[in-house]
Amino acid sequence: MNRLKMPGTPWLILLLAALTAMLVPVPRTYAPQDRVFRVDASQFSFNPGVLAVNPGDRVTLELRSTDVVHGLYLDGYGLSVVADPGQTATLTFVADRPGSFRFRCSVPCGDIHPFMLGRLRVGPNWLLIRAMALIAITVVWSLVTGVTTKPRTQVAIV
Amino acid sequence: MNIDHDRRFDLTRVRWLAPLLRSRWPVVLGRAVTLAGFVFTILAGLLGTPIGGRNFAIIFVWIAWWTVLKLILMPVAGRSWCSVCPIPATSEWLQQGGILQRGKGVGLKLRWPRRLRGQWLQLGGFAVMGLFSAVLLTRPSATGGILLALLLGATGIGLVFERRAFCRHLCPIGGYIGWYEQLAPVAVRVRDRDVCRGCVEKACYQNCQWGIFPAALKDSFDCGMCMACIQTCPRDNMALWARSPSRESEEAARGEGAARRLDRAWFGLFMLACAPVYAAVMLGPWGSLTEAAYAIGTVAWLRYALAFLTITLGVGPGLFWLAARLGWLLGGRSGSAKRGAIHLSYALSPVGLAAWIAFTMSFAFANLSYVWPVISDPLGMGWNLLGTADWAWHPYLMNVTPLLQVVVLAGSLLWAALEVRRIATSRQALPVLAYASLLTAGMLWLLI
Ligand SMILES: [Cu+2]
Repeated sequence: MNRLKMPGTPWLILLLAALTAMLVPVPRTYAPQDRVFRVDASQFSFNPGVLAVNPGDRVTLELRSTDVVHGLYLDGYGLSVVADPGQTATLTFVADRPGSFRFRCSVPCGDIHPFMLGRLRVGPNWLLIRAMALIAITVVWSLVTGVTTKPRTQVAIV
Repeated sequence: MNIDHDRRFDLTRVRWLAPLLRSRWPVVLGRAVTLAGFVFTILAGLLGTPIGGRNFAIIFVWIAWWTVLKLILMPVAGRSWCSVCPIPATSEWLQQGGILQRGKGVGLKLRWPRRLRGQWLQLGGFAVMGLFSAVLLTRPSATGGILLALLLGATGIGLVFERRAFCRHLCPIGGYIGWYEQLAPVAVRVRDRDVCRGCVEKACYQNCQWGIFPAALKDSFDCGMCMACIQTCPRDNMALWARSPSRESEEAARGEGAARRLDRAWFGLFMLACAPVYAAVMLGPWGSLTEAAYAIGTVAWLRYALAFLTITLGVGPGLFWLAARLGWLLGGRSGSAKRGAIHLSYALSPVGLAAWIAFTMSFAFANLSYVWPVISDPLGMGWNLLGTADWAWHPYLMNVTPLLQVVVLAGSLLWAALEVRRIATSRQALPVLAYASLLTAGMLWLLI
């Protein structure tokens, strides 16, 4: 606190840095492609479990169930598809929401059905990258400014 | 207003709240409701459908109760759950010889053995629950069985040992809530220490079910918020306070707080390390990991169990300890390295609470809609009591959850950084904050 004159200044700096990290625009230009994934669903996993596309891509998921009835519900998009045993069901959509989204089995298929999950990454996970910047800002800020809530002592440790 | 010179607010003087805090009935009625629900949950778990998603026991314990506890009760009101928890109800009534009495009942009322004091057994209990969590969270009979075991265990312990020995030294959830109670914005504390000086009857201690001396309370870990001290103090000198969530660490930094203990520090670090492991097992895209956690008794499960224990009891707390030690070296070896590490572990408790809250958001919001059909058909027998039996599963709030998780976790890191910097120079703080950042970043990577 000694380095900065006004008590409010460090907090203002933190706020501005945090807002910058969360709001700074990021490049988002990709040439849309058609992408087809074949996803095997079996108790209790999707294979492959992680899919990556670019924003704007036209995505086709061919969900094939290898044992019982499984579904695939895509968080963030609110889309779902159900595949009967041994059958393939198809879901086609444009990945117009960038980010990282879980997909989950939507049909109770056994005990650990709630943990049958996968992930679709649409472009880089900018929210995660921004959050990492936020973490770095927080730590550097706290080390440099030495702001703390009162009372400040080093008695407990020193 | 009721804010005293010490920046705390006396809730016992709030006109509409005071009668509720001073009456025994809210806790008695609350317990009657939770006990009835608890017995029903055990029956549903043991006798209802084996399909987890359709059984009241699974959905109400692990989706409804566990979520409300972590997202609302603990951050807002600390141990409020413990005050109405049904698990020690029967033993307490036996010890008191009735539901409303505070008299002499049955039981040996032995003191809890000195060697078994502290949080070590709770730590062990939580770790064992972790090994079986995938089954516990999904198989109704397992949930019903463990609840029954907790009820019988608490009753048995209560007949042999005095007061809430079970809650203080054995209940894993009791330890879990107790650790984060240091961050609660409410606490039971004495009004004026001078008033206690001439006190001979010590009604607060005589009536405290938890066996603590409320007038001398400095931390909330063992306070079950039962309000008995507030109700029985002849000088009306005990109160429920709204306070700053940083208050306990402020007092500790001034040297006025309660002793900070290694067993609790380790418990806190253990739970901090548990959150990312649970997030990986239950929310990750790695099916084989989830299946290993579920397949109890197999080689894959043994590997999972070994990894779980190694990471949560060893690697997590160990890395923290190395970081604290490094900070001690960088800071010129001033003071005791061990004491410094213990204090710093308390300072990281906001990150632990936030990690559990963030984990819960992902899990609970996605599965909350299981609650509606189960209300209408709690045993999975084809009933439709309220007409909601056919309401479809649908995840809630999935668009905003990742942003909420960033806010909660980054905010908690800021809070922890302020706590760490209160007691440590920047050189001492750097390695520990690096550890906290690593955990926060890991949680976010797993969750969003
Ligand atoms: Cu499935």
